[in-house]
Amino acid sequence: MASIQLDKIGKSFGAVDTIREIDLAIGDGEFVCLLGPSGCGKTTTLRMIAGLEQPTRGSIRIGGRDVTCAQPKDRNIGMVFQDYALYPHMTIADNIAYPLKVRGVVEAARHEKAGEIAQVLHIDHLLDRLPAQISGGQQQRTSLARALVHPADAFLFDEPLSNLDARMRVEARAFLYHLQRSRGMTAVYVTHDQAEAMALSTRIAVMCAGDIVQYAPPLEIYRRPATTFVAGFVGDPPMNLVAVEAARSEHGITLRGAGLEVSPFASWLALDRALEHSDRITVGVRPEHLRIAKGDAGTNRLRGKLFANEAMGPESLVTLDLDGGVRVTARVFGDATVRIDGDAAFAFDTDRITLFDAQGVRIPGGAESSPN
Amino acid sequence: MNHRVLVSRIVFSVGAALLGAAFALPLIWFVLAPFNAHADLDLALPAPPTLANFSRVFANGAAVGALLNSLLQAFGTVLLVATTATLAAYALARTTLRGKRAIEYVLLLFSSVVSGSAAMVPIFLIVNALGLIDTQLAVILVFAGGLLPTAMFILRDFIASIPRGYEESALVAGASQWRAFVDVVVPVLRPGVTIAAVWAFVQVWGGFLIPFVLLRSEQRMPASVEIYSFYSQAGTPIVPLLAAYSVLYSLPVIALYWYVNRKYGFRFFGGIKS
Repeated sequence: MASIQLDKIGKSFGAVDTIREIDLAIGDGEFVCLLGPSGCGKTTTLRMIAGLEQPTRGSIRIGGRDVTCAQPKDRNIGMVFQDYALYPHMTIADNIAYPLKVRGVVEAARHEKAGEIAQVLHIDHLLDRLPAQISGGQQQRTSLARALVHPADAFLFDEPLSNLDARMRVEARAFLYHLQRSRGMTAVYVTHDQAEAMALSTRIAVMCAGDIVQYAPPLEIYRRPATTFVAGFVGDPPMNLVAVEAARSEHGITLRGAGLEVSPFASWLALDRALEHSDRITVGVRPEHLRIAKGDAGTNRLRGKLFANEAMGPESLVTLDLDGGVRVTARVFGDATVRIDGDAAFAFDTDRITLFDAQGVRIPGGAESSPN
Repeated sequence: MNHRVLVSRIVFSVGAALLGAAFALPLIWFVLAPFNAHADLDLALPAPPTLANFSRVFANGAAVGALLNSLLQAFGTVLLVATTATLAAYALARTTLRGKRAIEYVLLLFSSVVSGSAAMVPIFLIVNALGLIDTQLAVILVFAGGLLPTAMFILRDFIASIPRGYEESALVAGASQWRAFVDVVVPVLRPGVTIAAVWAFVQVWGGFLIPFVLLRSEQRMPASVEIYSFYSQAGTPIVPLLAAYSVLYSLPVIALYWYVNRKYGFRFFGGIKS
């Protein structure tokens, strides 16, 4: 296993900068997810690490060795592709053993090794079949086995679970988690599914339009999203974002916007600085930090009309339409039916909100950064 | 109403039967005549069926040699075309070359000209200047040159339909570009190469003008040219021998189609749409 460093990596296709400038340090044994919407450059970044794409600028090191211009075969990596890319003319055993074959391992030895890894992945009964004769989940495992059969320095995953159905995806996800943690693999994993990234990563690199917006452990990203983009991307349902205007009063700062009012609170340095530029603030609050308000009166309320009340079993998702066309969702735990009707309000605590400035960047400090 | 339907059915059936017979009769002749010692251009049941025509053809050394020459030219061309077209098509399909479209267009344009009779004089002059007149190599090279562009286009579309992920997964597995090509692309491409090869074989097998112009000595002539030795000086065919030789001449092509059909089924895909 080895560490991976991307140093000022950029990639341009013609005049278009797909990747602007990325710095990314992945420690030995880390599981890093590149998370972002399609077209954000996450797959291109992974392919540059694999050597399938040549960066326009910058350098890549794997295990301290500069591999920026190295061929894929000289990088000693294992990779799992989104469509698995199994060789249709080879049996499962030959598919798994292929990395050993190109390294000159004799047939008996490489088939033994393939058999071992197939056993770990519970596909040892399929070794004589062809890829077309096995199910999608089994193909996924075969492609995983092929990546694992040779001790690589790093493992690259390009949306490996996206072609599986929902149930198998969750199963395969836990399996991947266990496999990576128990083997101490260095893994880079591309996904657009925030749940996968949250579940698997030691750190997540959230990408947007060719840049890394935030690179932090999953819970850090969840608690303190760097921008409104991250806040709106991570979490299911994502963080509620409401644009408000800030005003100073003798009691402190008040925030007021479409259907939202936050009680006055004392300002702090970073907030003061943000307010010097603009009094437009975005308030973010996670669905689980909203509760159904008992009375309509008071501040720290989100007022609107009921839009949807979805009972999911362990929880209910209640959605309100606020005045400005903004929609907010509360997650109410428990399997009881939520009684709510017509005009309704959510309540929240001041220390549960996250503030973003006019550019959508999180304003650090304040109550939300307290650890609870 | 019912009456009219009946009449139109009868008219259609009779018409279709006549049309079918028009196509079937030469084929029936083709099957029957070789076994008839006194075959002429009329359709007749051989009485009795005999292999005499065949033994007379086999006694003719030049005619048998011509079949071998045809095989040599066809296999030589197929080998050359299949190898070079696969490599060239791979490059065309997988690289981002500046002006690739223009190259493809020019190739396509010239492919129909090079092997055509219009280019026969310059081809003869070139082959003559190379000192290759009356050699099998000249025939193979000229055929290959003419067939190469079309074979490339057939194969290029086959290659374009192979997911890039196959090669990429081989590359990250540790294979070189060449190794990935040989291990993954070539086996997956085999049906495409076979189709291009069969097509090229048939083209060479039936080709008359190129060997006729480029070869001099009778012992190098292919069957497509040699078949004219079964005509008398006056130009009238010696029908029984011609019929027997025609069957022998058709057998390799029939065998080839049978083999391909059994192995891959006759579906045209890639460049040629069904």
